Amino acid sequence: MSGLVNWIDDRFPLTKVWNEHLAQYYAPKNFNAWYFFGSLAMLVLVIQIVTGILLTMHYKPDTMMAFTSVEHIMRDVPGGWFIRYMHSTGASLFFVVVYLHMFRGLIYGSFKGPRELVWLIGMAIYLALMAEAFMGYLLPWGQMSFWGAQVIINLFNTIPYIGDVVSTTIRGDFVISDPTLNRFFAFHVIAVPLILVGLVFVHIVALHVVGSNNPDGVEIKKLKDKNGIPLDGIPFHPYYSVKDIAGIVVFLMVFFAILFFMPEGGGYLLEHANFEPANPLKTPEHIAPVWYFTPFYTVLRAVPDPWYGTLAMFAAIAVLFILPWLDKNPIKSIRYRNTAHKLNIVWFAVFFLILGYLGVMPVTDFFRELGTRATQIYFLFFLVTAAHSRPDKRAMYLVWFIALAALVLFTDWLRWSDSFTGPQRHYFWMMMALPATYLASTLLLPLFVGRCNAEKEVPERVTG
Amino acid sequence: MANSKVDKGRRRFLVAATSVVGAVGTAAMATPFVMSLTPSARALAAGAPVEVNISKIEAGQQLRVIWRGKPVWVVNRTPEMIAKLPSVDPKLTDPDSEVESQQPAYAQNVHRAIKEQYLVLIGICTHLGCSPTYRPELAPADLGASWPGGWYCPCHGSRFDMAGRVMKGSPAGTNLEVPPYHYKTDTTILVGVSKGVA
Ligand code: HEM
Ligand code: FES
Repeated sequence: MSGLVNWIDDRFPLTKVWNEHLAQYYAPKNFNAWYFFGSLAMLVLVIQIVTGILLTMHYKPDTMMAFTSVEHIMRDVPGGWFIRYMHSTGASLFFVVVYLHMFRGLIYGSFKGPRELVWLIGMAIYLALMAEAFMGYLLPWGQMSFWGAQVIINLFNTIPYIGDVVSTTIRGDFVISDPTLNRFFAFHVIAVPLILVGLVFVHIVALHVVGSNNPDGVEIKKLKDKNGIPLDGIPFHPYYSVKDIAGIVVFLMVFFAILFFMPEGGGYLLEHANFEPANPLKTPEHIAPVWYFTPFYTVLRAVPDPWYGTLAMFAAIAVLFILPWLDKNPIKSIRYRNTAHKLNIVWFAVFFLILGYLGVMPVTDFFRELGTRATQIYFLFFLVTAAHSRPDKRAMYLVWFIALAALVLFTDWLRWSDSFTGPQRHYFWMMMALPATYLASTLLLPLFVGRCNAEKEVPERVTG
Repeated sequence: MANSKVDKGRRRFLVAATSVVGAVGTAAMATPFVMSLTPSARALAAGAPVEVNISKIEAGQQLRVIWRGKPVWVVNRTPEMIAKLPSVDPKLTDPDSEVESQQPAYAQNVHRAIKEQYLVLIGICTHLGCSPTYRPELAPADLGASWPGGWYCPCHGSRFDMAGRVMKGSPAGTNLEVPPYHYKTDTTILVGVSKGVA
């Protein structure tokens, strides 16, 4: 055995790579459950690729055959239903895992220096993942596939001057048709997966240069023993390789419970309208994107003008990219930040979920106004985060409060119209309480209540 | 060679020249790649006009046909529907059909049609392209007491009247498009070409 390893080592750095990335890669000893999601995301990526290859052997990317070929997979191919449900359940759980993975980065300040690039590469992965999911959703050629793609591709139509050319080039036709399905297939099965795998590779390489952050946000590389090993580090293998297996077991229990007992997820994982073949003559009564896109869909709907709505939607994603340069507070982990920051994170999580919920619901006056207010708070979060960069300058909170309140009022003034009906006016004024409460609790509270502005001492060494 | 002095200027020139040639070559190669994404000759040719027999459409009914992959509606409007059109004007963004791209000149009139009885529209919402639902009834519970009959878009709630004109407050900004068409006979319409053009 060692003879073989030596033979390989002379020709390829096998032992070196093994040691650098596993056996002698030192990770902080205080990882908690939030640190499962990176390895789980890799697991799901593998599941998607393996099941995807098997599906490709039976699927037909042709508008005349696509829908029936999926039925064929479900009914005639031995084990076909299992493979397809693994792929469709995997798609949704991929987003669950990635959203939790991102949220971990948010609460522990993992996006901050020196890990900005890990975060940026992560965001690129997130974009690629959304493209991958969107194009995959067209393939079964059901009603939702067709009309969902119709709406999303038409977003590009709203770009001034060149919109028409852009959307026609995406479709390869003036309407969604065979060329569209064929090229989405090409992107979904080869182009985007290649990009994803490449990005995940550089994500890990970049992470291993700077080393993992941890729930305390303490840099373990600062304190090393005489052999240069971080005092608070333990080798990834076997410690975390084994710990990650425990996470994988729990994940697979959830995964297969969904797969066997509720593969359609009540219409949220596989939407009901998609069990009908695409019909370009008729839009389903209620169309909504799959759940993982809905927060951004609500942002789109919150802005009346289609082009500005599209811009707002893309801005909602783009602003995540610059997070490392907005939050300049030197304390990484939420554990040692002030109460105002904790509230800010809670508000953000709550309103992100509200945005997601509204995106699957039909628009009513109440929901429309709530969606608009949630959108305002979504964007305000990033500015408040910037305001929290300097808790020592307490007086500045007042300046921020006035500026951000003015910003809210300005956007309200822009969208106010005399044609608002009675209930619309009512909700408009009523829900002004939301951004008001939000700003007061994150900016006025730490201004007036010293306790809520106090940060805790960050320990030298990790705890626990 | 070993002791000859490096001519930096010459090296810079060679690097620049090689880069330019490389960039031009890459662009030349990328051109057919990008072109292959645009509609093919077959997609461009698939614009044949469609003939619609309108004699079987009952009063107040909508017929859906497909033209260039898009839904086209032909509606046999009742006299009441036609009479009601001007009363909707104050609710509309563009009551007089002034946005020229949305209808041929011969349909730029009160009824947005050649013959007021038959309305011909492309059934694609001018917001983001869903196909609105035909709701000719007056004041149904879900659309409110002031609903004048027309189309409701299920995607983001755009509203259109019985001439395909968009109501204020809709996410859609323009009226539904009237395709080019003409009457071949009294009972057949040819959708896709204006009179005397084909
Ligand atoms: C296919 C999707 C992804 C995979 C396979 C993946 C994989 C990983 C793995 C294995 C780790 C180390 C283990 C861990 O910290 O949990 C990690 C860390 C990290 N990832 Fe990802 N990731 C993905 C997407 C993302 C996204 C979308 C973001 C955010 C924009 C992101 C940001 C980060 C950050 C900031 C770290 C360092 C965390 C820390 O040290 O505290 N990743 N990723
Ligand atoms: S597509 Fe009709 S309202 Fe948006």
